[in-house]
Amino acid sequence: MHLVYPAVLAALLFCTGIYGVLARRNAILVLMSVELMLNAVNLNLVAFDVWLSRTAEEKLHSGQALTLFTIAIAAAEIGIGLAIVLAVYRGRGTSDIDKLRDTAEGHESDGPDGSGGPDNTGGSDSTGGSSPGGSDSDGTEPPAAEKAEATA
Amino acid sequence: MTLAETLTATATLAAPHTHGFLSPTGVEIAFLLVGLVTFGAALVTVTTKQLVHAALWLVVTLGGLAVEYLLLTAEFIAWVQVLIYVGSVVVLLLFGLMLTKAPIGRSPDADSGNRWAALAVAVAAAAALVWVVVDAFRATWMDLDGPAAGSTAVTGASLFQNWVLPFEALSVLLLAALVGAIVLSRKTKSELSSPPVNSRAATGSSPSVPDSRNHTFRRNGRSQGNDPTERNTPTTQTTQNTTPTEQKGTR
Repeated sequence: MHLVYPAVLAALLFCTGIYGVLARRNAILVLMSVELMLNAVNLNLVAFDVWLSRTAEEKLHSGQALTLFTIAIAAAEIGIGLAIVLAVYRGRGTSDIDKLRDTAEGHESDGPDGSGGPDNTGGSDSTGGSSPGGSDSDGTEPPAAEKAEATA
Repeated sequence: MTLAETLTATATLAAPHTHGFLSPTGVEIAFLLVGLVTFGAALVTVTTKQLVHAALWLVVTLGGLAVEYLLLTAEFIAWVQVLIYVGSVVVLLLFGLMLTKAPIGRSPDADSGNRWAALAVAVAAAAALVWVVVDAFRATWMDLDGPAAGSTAVTGASLFQNWVLPFEALSVLLLAALVGAIVLSRKTKSELSSPPVNSRAATGSSPSVPDSRNHTFRRNGRSQGNDPTERNTPTTQTTQNTTPTEQKGTR
């Protein structure tokens, strides 16, 4: 088989993953694009390992061993990444990357939490974290607060 | 893809005559067809507006890559790909989509505003990479005949003869990832169960004083009425709030 076929396919898959990482807005879709890029690397590793194991007579099979390691690391990465995304979603009420601008410089005014902008002057994470969550889950919080007042 | 095909065709034309250019073997034709399906599914994955469909098209992409591994005589990698990627990673992604309450139908804001810049970057990178790769390997062939280069026996022998120490280090890394995922999810749970309604991201160690300060800043007139409820009835509020219950149901 011509070596160009898997190499070109891997390059195209990698660039598709680059487009997905740059253009997607949901954090989980960004993770999917990262998986595409990792798979492109895996295809390159396997193809060049098969080529070198016949051509250069190397018996180390480093490409396939590294592919297995990459797959395991990708599984660990997707677990940790999803845990982080879920933690962010519980704290903020959204998994939208464009709305996570708490550490951006000079973006306090044009952020989605324009009402919580003056609260962020203290620089603490608690006010910046609570205001987008409060703005997103307005349907759930006022009844809870009213119930709390009713019980009191 | 047409650019890649034309480049591949020119590379095949410029290649020497030892392997029979313009008369591709059956393996090459199969690889090309499965590669077209894989690349098309990858394009749909990164461009579709429906989030769950993106995960399902990712299944097609990863399965196509497993078939490509089989065509490259790497059998063990192919089955590992099917087991881990199609079996667990996509299921994890679907769970993540469900737990973050992703919309089922079409979501018009799936792509951000800089998608045209992203498209330009991706096309430029694809052109550069394809050009470089084709120019570098235009006269290189793999020999796929004979015994399989990636059968389970060969891969296992090389893995446990030459790669034992990285293998064990990888097991430690998997353990660290497991503990890290548990710690991440449990920490947010303890954070969410202790503070009251409005301050979710506050640290759970001292809930009373900074929370009352936040309440005086956020809602002006109600801080006097809210403070006793926070101190007296934290358990009823955690049961009334919606997020801890759904969190207990999911984890």
